[in-house]
Amino acid sequence: MSDSRSVLIKSGWVLGLFSFIGIGLVSLTYSVTHEKIAENERLFILKNLRELVPGTLHDNDLLADTLQIAQAKEFAGKHPVTIYRALKNKKLVAIIAAPTAPDGYNGSIKLLVAIKENGELIGVRAVSHHETPGLGDAIDTNKSDWIHAFNGRSLSNPPIRSWHVKKDGGDFDQFTGATVTPRAVVKAVLKTLQYYQANHSNLAKIDG
Amino acid sequence: MDSYSKILKNGLWENNQAFVALLGLCPLLAVSNTVINGLVLGLATTLTLVLSNTVVSLIRHQVGSEIRLPVFVLIIASIVTTIELIMNSYFYELYLILGIFIPLIVTNCSIIGRAEAFASKNPVGASFIDGFGMGLGFTAALVILGAMREVLGSGTLFANADLMFGDAAKDMVIYVISDYEGFLLAILPPGAFIGLGLLIALKNVIDKRLSKPASQSVSLSMDAKKA
Repeated sequence: MSDSRSVLIKSGWVLGLFSFIGIGLVSLTYSVTHEKIAENERLFILKNLRELVPGTLHDNDLLADTLQIAQAKEFAGKHPVTIYRALKNKKLVAIIAAPTAPDGYNGSIKLLVAIKENGELIGVRAVSHHETPGLGDAIDTNKSDWIHAFNGRSLSNPPIRSWHVKKDGGDFDQFTGATVTPRAVVKAVLKTLQYYQANHSNLAKIDG
Repeated sequence: MDSYSKILKNGLWENNQAFVALLGLCPLLAVSNTVINGLVLGLATTLTLVLSNTVVSLIRHQVGSEIRLPVFVLIIASIVTTIELIMNSYFYELYLILGIFIPLIVTNCSIIGRAEAFASKNPVGASFIDGFGMGLGFTAALVILGAMREVLGSGTLFANADLMFGDAAKDMVIYVISDYEGFLLAILPPGAFIGLGLLIALKNVIDKRLSKPASQSVSLSMDAKKA
């Protein structure tokens, strides 16, 4: 009786010790790396923003001038949407919204949607997603050119009823074997454009 | 030395985790749609296997048999999380490509399988070699299955190699079949199951031929043709 109890207690100690070592190792690694990871993510976002709106177009710090849209009916879903504003001489030249398409094939797809002041799309990028490799991941610029089809589009080009993939009677190609992914992206881009149109005057307002 | 080569051969062929033990099917079937995806996941898995085998072997006398499994799980989870954090901070470009594969390593039951079946009973050196051999065997399975599915499914080989090896590898893509329409089944999960089944069958045929000593030389040359 007392023998099995001492084995039990010893096992408890060993298990506790290994939990402690494991937690210690992960926390230590985290504390060493987390600043670098945050910096990497910031640079990655900045690189993507730069690709869409080059530095020559604006004179403000994109990452400093942001708006957080917590809830807007255009952006269904629980994710707040960040909007980066590109200003030149204190006037709005473009915005980059970071909406999340909630209805990808494997969960949500994070996008960057750059819109010129006049409501025309500069471009769209998928920054993070879990779409099927080889099928849905053709939304990545390094896998296919598909996402460039949005360049220069607007709410009137094509008309709103054609803002669908071809399978649904719209203007945008789907991928062979993957319709869900492009459908989700087209929908999210359309919603972002509609949001921009409805809130244009608010977004163009410059404080100070 | 002789026993080390036996351990290596065990991992690569006789007890190949993918073709014989049928462990790690989740990552094997999910990520084997191109050669590069398979190669990358295979290498990451090999690193994890080597590390977890070594650590488990080091502590094998200190941990009682009642609590060995939770301790192994703790060790493997800590190693994978640490690898992920380090890659995320120091190899960010690579992390962006491999990010989705790293959590898949945890779902690979062959890692805890080797910890339990080998590393907990053998010295450190042998466990290290075992982790290495098993990892390479798994990588080979991923790459072969990946090549089959990529050629059949998309008509290419080594697509997206530049994501891993840099822009210099852009020309590595081989268009095996030009103007190929694609064969969707091969890329989708059913293609992975069918492909794996065919490869296991092929391995069994080879093993059977090898075990017939009389016709050994003949069968070897035939196998070479098949491979």
